[in-house]
Amino acid sequence: MKDLFTRAWKKSKGFILQSGALFSIAAFVFSLIVSAAIMLLSGFDPLQGYSALLSGAFGSWDNVATTLGTATPLIFAGLSVSIGKRAGFFNIGVEGQLLSGALAAAVAGAYLKGLPAFIHIPLCFAIAWIVGGLIGVLSVKLKQFMKVSELIITVMLNYVITYLVDILVSEFFLNPGYVVRTPDIQASAALAPLVPLSRLNTGIFVALAGTALLYWIYRKTRFGYEILAVGLNRRAAETGGIAVNTKVSIAMFISGGLAAMGGAVESMGVHGYYIANMVSGYGYDGLTIAIMGGGNPIGCVMASVIFGALRAGSSNMNRTTNIPGEFITILQALVILFVSAPLLIRYFKDKLTRTKSSGSEAA
Amino acid sequence: MRGICKSFGLVNANVDVDLDIAKGEILSLLGENGAGKTTLMNVLYGLLEPDAGTIWINGRQERILSPLTATALGISMVHQHFMLVNTLTVAENVVLGYEPRKGAFFDRARAFEEVGRLSEEYGLRVDPHAEVSTLPVGMKQRVEILKALYRKSDILILDEPTAVLTPGEADDLFEVLRQFKQSGKAIILITHKLKETMQAADRITILRQGRVVRTMPRVEADVDQLAEMMVGRRIVFSIGRKEMPKGLPVLMSIRHATLKREGVAKLKDINIDVHGGEILGIAGVDGNGQTELAEVLTGLQRLNEGAIYINGAPVKAPTPAKMLELKVGHIPEDRTTRGVIRNFSVSQNLILGYQRSARFSGRLQLKKRAVDAFAKNTAEKFDIRCGSIDDPLSSLSGGNQQKVVIGRVMSEDPRIVIAAQPTRGVDIGAVEYIHERIVELRDAGKAILLISADLDEVIKLADRISVIYDGRIVSDDEAKNYDERRLGALMTGQADESRREADR
Amino acid sequence: MDAQMLDNIGSLLASTVNIFIPITFAAIASCFSARTGIINMALDGIMLVSAFFAVYGSYLTGNAWFGLGLGIVAGVAIALFFSVITIKFRCSQALAGLGINMLAKGLTIVLLQAIWNAKGKSAIVEGIDVIRFDAIAGVPILGSIFAQIPPLLIVLVASLALVQVVFFRTVFGLRMHVTGENPVAARSLGIKVERMQYVCMIISGVFASLGGAYLSICDVSIFSRDMVAGRGFIGMAVAIFGANQPVGCILGGLLFGFAQSLQYRLQGGAGIPTQLVQMMPYVLTLVALAFSKKDTSGLTESRL
Repeated sequence: MKDLFTRAWKKSKGFILQSGALFSIAAFVFSLIVSAAIMLLSGFDPLQGYSALLSGAFGSWDNVATTLGTATPLIFAGLSVSIGKRAGFFNIGVEGQLLSGALAAAVAGAYLKGLPAFIHIPLCFAIAWIVGGLIGVLSVKLKQFMKVSELIITVMLNYVITYLVDILVSEFFLNPGYVVRTPDIQASAALAPLVPLSRLNTGIFVALAGTALLYWIYRKTRFGYEILAVGLNRRAAETGGIAVNTKVSIAMFISGGLAAMGGAVESMGVHGYYIANMVSGYGYDGLTIAIMGGGNPIGCVMASVIFGALRAGSSNMNRTTNIPGEFITILQALVILFVSAPLLIRYFKDKLTRTKSSGSEAA
Repeated sequence: MRGICKSFGLVNANVDVDLDIAKGEILSLLGENGAGKTTLMNVLYGLLEPDAGTIWINGRQERILSPLTATALGISMVHQHFMLVNTLTVAENVVLGYEPRKGAFFDRARAFEEVGRLSEEYGLRVDPHAEVSTLPVGMKQRVEILKALYRKSDILILDEPTAVLTPGEADDLFEVLRQFKQSGKAIILITHKLKETMQAADRITILRQGRVVRTMPRVEADVDQLAEMMVGRRIVFSIGRKEMPKGLPVLMSIRHATLKREGVAKLKDINIDVHGGEILGIAGVDGNGQTELAEVLTGLQRLNEGAIYINGAPVKAPTPAKMLELKVGHIPEDRTTRGVIRNFSVSQNLILGYQRSARFSGRLQLKKRAVDAFAKNTAEKFDIRCGSIDDPLSSLSGGNQQKVVIGRVMSEDPRIVIAAQPTRGVDIGAVEYIHERIVELRDAGKAILLISADLDEVIKLADRISVIYDGRIVSDDEAKNYDERRLGALMTGQADESRREADR
Repeated sequence: MDAQMLDNIGSLLASTVNIFIPITFAAIASCFSARTGIINMALDGIMLVSAFFAVYGSYLTGNAWFGLGLGIVAGVAIALFFSVITIKFRCSQALAGLGINMLAKGLTIVLLQAIWNAKGKSAIVEGIDVIRFDAIAGVPILGSIFAQIPPLLIVLVASLALVQVVFFRTVFGLRMHVTGENPVAARSLGIKVERMQYVCMIISGVFASLGGAYLSICDVSIFSRDMVAGRGFIGMAVAIFGANQPVGCILGGLLFGFAQSLQYRLQGGAGIPTQLVQMMPYVLTLVALAFSKKDTSGLTESRL
């Protein structure tokens, strides 16, 4: 028994060290420190803030449920960015894809009547996936046609989709009596909550299934090999007979689909309808999560839980202290900066260790 | 230069190097790729700082910390890969860094005037108003040399200057250098070409693995001796091959091929036959359509007109995947951008292009065990020096990386191989190995199309040679009917004298 | 033509100029960095920060010009931060830009809370008022444009002329071009590539800050969260459209400003939903990019 345990421990340690997770964790810790400094400078109390965050995230079972429930759409967002990045396409359009998936699922959930749940739920998912996937493919085609970096294209598309979705809701799918909200979905489309009255619903299993799917694609399939080749060296992949444009499009169809699923899960499991601003910011969270996860789907899940915790905790922080919840945006931004500038961390590490050693020498 | 040492991490590029050059002489710095020649000259030019050693100019010790210092001391370097800005004019490129000014403003008129004068004075005719992107390679080199002259340099370093020139252009260059010599300038010629050294140098310094093997006057040297000193062992200059019967089958051909890029025709009505059991060498100066020819034959580019035939049957819509399926192997001319993926492991690179074959993958998944076994096998067979097959490719030397490409192509039992610049950037030991493998393929009845800018390689390996110039095949004959002069003339677009003579 | 129509045209042109100013500032900012080979992906963040600190400076001292100065200082600090991360620490420009833009968003909201205890908007502060020429206020069309000239418009026009000269007639401009086109060559000529990039990034920061500050203290005298709304990216698109040249930026900026103010006029009429109008700038940007001449400015490949 003990033997099994030590073997499992060794394997997970190796996994953590190898997958660069240590690095992401270091980046996160640094970000926490710098955020705390910013809090101090702005006249807030970081200890108060962080403890409010922690208790808001893990303080009670209900809070844990909130954390995990918030993490669910984030996992999808992170996975979405991850597969895009693997194929060399930086999908900042996650935000828009999430949103469209949320609307698509809400509409399919509300307007399709008389279907049993085991058909209705997958159908809503499928519709959401297709909508998001098509947007993903559109982004790729736009880049190929316009020959401009996807960074500008997807950012612009995000804005366009946000407004488009608004129009669609106000003009076509409006729930009478509300400003921007669709009618409630049928019971057959609802995802059952795992903890009563919380955000945590069966959608999390779908998210984990998505993780397993991506893990399988990356490690075992030829497609995973091919999109990685494309992402690392497009021209070499082309010379190696890989149909580059097709592969990227497929990858982005999956990417957009995954993002849309994140939105769908929110519509079907948390709210029961689409409402404005329901998933705002989740897309950008997804970017940070994918970067922290470093191309490993399991890393994405772990990072998503961290960010779910941050979001859950931040509303508590907002309520009990007067520290604005936007600090998690700052935290996220710092994580992105630290993770993508590895030399930055090394620089600070050297500085810290040097001052330590010079201090002990003086003594 | 005395006792120069320079290391990059674990690599000792220069170890305790001494070098002298006097006014009015041409010194050849001879060595194979990676011997440390360019590093040494980068130190002299201030692009690198030596770890140890001293530099003396005109009897005074100097510290050269940047190209500005070097230039001020009268040292100029003409790099192998031109340091030119394509969108600017010749004059602007020449004066960069020492621009004639009116206050903060750039005196463009004076730049044109001065450069024009300089080019006349030294007989290096170039139009100062021309945009550099429009110039052919030989002219671009003149611009680089004008840069050195504009800075009033007395010491000129030329890094592999003839790498991009035809034999005729190279002769012109050496004539110019001879003039410089007579006017008292000192010239250091970095080269790995023995012939060039024997032709132009007064003295020779041979570098091997970062150390000076010997410095000697040219009159005392002979080619074999130099080669041995460069490599440390005897080099075989020719390669044995099987006698092939007459009437070899045509495995691949291309007819009336025309390719246009951005409105410019890169290939003009090309007709080529590649026979099984034959190495067809395509000789030509880089930029005359070789790249496009290779791309078209491997499916990377579609022809505007014409067609490719394999075993007599036309290939309908050629893509790289299709050509690979049709057993056309490709050794790309640019290894880093097209041949390998640096961050992939050795084994991942070894199946690149062939990952769809039933050997390596099922319907959706890769057969990891099969891939690993294949990789281990191939690495052994082709003497690929690496830690393990899971090491990233970037940890291998250039020669070993190329061996991965070659091992990959050859293990798939291709019928036809398009080999473009197969030994570019590869050290002499690996070059021999690669040449042997290519001839091996040929002896086994495969068709090889060898595209190379290295005339020595083409002459050594090819059974037949076609010369490509300006997108056309201007000559096609058995290799033994060519000599350097005829090839050089054809490569620069001159009419085929020997043919005309033979016809008469 | 009746007075009403002249009035409409006048206000159309006036609002064109209003939109033109910040976008074109952002466009020049993008030109400066792009010409040295760095894509300034943090434009949005720089503009947001400068907009905030311009208002803050004015709030502190009651002097709008001091605010402008503070805004520029803050914006340049961000620009420097961006350049240090990307040049010295070799972070990818896209990710650095993303991080900085997010940081700016979060930071400004947090500071809104810290300083004014507000969630969305700051207090109203002293703004930089337009220069009035009441004499021509009555003149049709021209009056609408020239009767009230925002001082920053004068700065913009002067800058554009100056930049044109610098790019094409000075030694500095020539060396800038080389740094961007062929940094290896530049280095071999003794041009200090990194120094050039830092300097141009600072200049880029100055222009972006002017654009951001215009949005807050010249236009509305207030700071509201996320008030930049992608204008940095739009400015970048205008710069690409204009082939990174001042003349192109002017044309692009005017075209964009005109198209957008046209949309505003159409808004509300004939039952066109407001969101359609709101998304116009972004659609326009995409369209403009589709028709721009793509050069090797590096924006064609995403620098990950």
